[in-house]
Amino acid sequence: MAEFMSLSAAVEQHLRDGLTVAMEGFTHLIPYAAGHEVIRQCKRDLTIIRMTPDILYDQLIGMGLVRKMVFSWGGNPGVGSLHRMRDAVENGFPERLELEEHSHAAMANAYEAGASNLPFAVFRGYKGVDLPKVNPNIRSVACPYTGEILATVPAIRPDVAIIHALRADRQGNVMLEGIVGVQKEAVLAARASIVTVEEIVDDFGPRSANAVILPHWTVGAIVHVPGGAYPSYAHGYYKRANAFYIGWDAIARERESFAAWMKANVLDGSPDSFASLAFGSRKSA
Amino acid sequence: MSYSATEIMTIVASRFLTNSDICFVGIGAPSAACNLARLTHAPDITLIYESGTLGTRPDVLPLSIGDGELCDTALTTVSVPEMFRYWLQGGRITLGFLGGAQIDRFGNLNTTVVGDYANPKVRLPGGGGAPEIASSCGEVFIIMAMNPRAFMTRLPFITSMGHGAGRGSREALGLSTKGPTRLITDLCLFEPDPETSELTVTAIHPGVTREMIQAQCGWPVRHADKVGLTPAPTDNELAVLRDLQARTNQAHAA
Repeated sequence: MAEFMSLSAAVEQHLRDGLTVAMEGFTHLIPYAAGHEVIRQCKRDLTIIRMTPDILYDQLIGMGLVRKMVFSWGGNPGVGSLHRMRDAVENGFPERLELEEHSHAAMANAYEAGASNLPFAVFRGYKGVDLPKVNPNIRSVACPYTGEILATVPAIRPDVAIIHALRADRQGNVMLEGIVGVQKEAVLAARASIVTVEEIVDDFGPRSANAVILPHWTVGAIVHVPGGAYPSYAHGYYKRANAFYIGWDAIARERESFAAWMKANVLDGSPDSFASLAFGSRKSA
Repeated sequence: MSYSATEIMTIVASRFLTNSDICFVGIGAPSAACNLARLTHAPDITLIYESGTLGTRPDVLPLSIGDGELCDTALTTVSVPEMFRYWLQGGRITLGFLGGAQIDRFGNLNTTVVGDYANPKVRLPGGGGAPEIASSCGEVFIIMAMNPRAFMTRLPFITSMGHGAGRGSREALGLSTKGPTRLITDLCLFEPDPETSELTVTAIHPGVTREMIQAQCGWPVRHADKVGLTPAPTDNELAVLRDLQARTNQAHAA
């Protein structure tokens, strides 16, 4: 049941060391502010799930908070590597990082299976490739009707899903539009959820009958964090800060510059630090 | 007009795209080629990005696969599970357009690791949508600049399947899609040999020799019986591409 609270209270209430957390967002609506609060509260030994881990997961990994990552594409899109993730995988710094690696099709299906309360997902995939040799969770099943061999992966059932959405109403219903990714599936697959939003409104007003709505009885904490997706974007509010993504490459390349940036911008920051940056970027866009 | 190796690669790739293609677009070089085609000879091509945007017409190239520009200009935007289930697995996409970090002579691609999987020398981003793009799209184009560390005899890891170990490999796995039908590089065009499915040079870009191609390729390069000469980029192709890149750079710097 939706409960309005502060970001620090939401993370305190729902996150514990050792939990499995999905912070989803497919380029759009990545929940940076909430992820940074997880870093400030130093929740450790996490298993993090995301189709497209980008800078936010690079930061969690670089701060040594992650035991395992379940993912299908880990990079800074259009820019290059996630240097902190690479340091963890290639050199074990600051911690060894266990990987469970899938394809996008597998993870999208696995979220949908989780939301559907099914134990596994079935699809046509992984033909002629090496991932099944290194990921024992990729298995297969024979179709009971045709005998066709189909790929299977376990359903994704996170302890907590964290997403950023456009708006919530006063009752706690949540609305997303634009590139909606797998966020609806992630919330419905999870045991608990934290939703940060750009705006809280009396009424959603005129909208498509098919807008993505998460009813208030399907979400946990709701937190008002304008700019909470920056440097990702919120459709209709502010654009993606592509210059930030390009600039992150140099910051994350060295351990020292990464640590200094995290201290100045996250550890010594607050959820509000985002608002000014996001809306500054909108003005210049 | 003079042109760079990357420019001729992008332009040659764009020429193979048509108004009737329903194309699943990878980020980077494929995205540039697809949008160049749309802005020149194929205005009605359907471009699809894995973020869920169907029929998108961006004015600048996206930096990421889900930039707002793609959604703002799309016919419709669907969820990511719907994209992979109904549209890709559903068999509705005629052409997948991929880049890669490493490739072998049968068009198998590696974007996962260099070295051992458990203790990699270089950890690459991984497969993303590519494994199922490579198996579910009607056919696949690949665009990659040549160098001997990327064009390898044996890949350390197969992220997405091309022609496997050669002709018949795809059919043996129950695949009815064609796999890679063109590999467009900065030096030449490769197409699968009709007998063996090995990627074979069928056209060479202006000013490039067979020796230059071999120097950038880790396997012994085969040439088709008839090898064509790639027509040089036209002034219009170069102007449209450079405008697109300039708009893109300006937008991404903001």
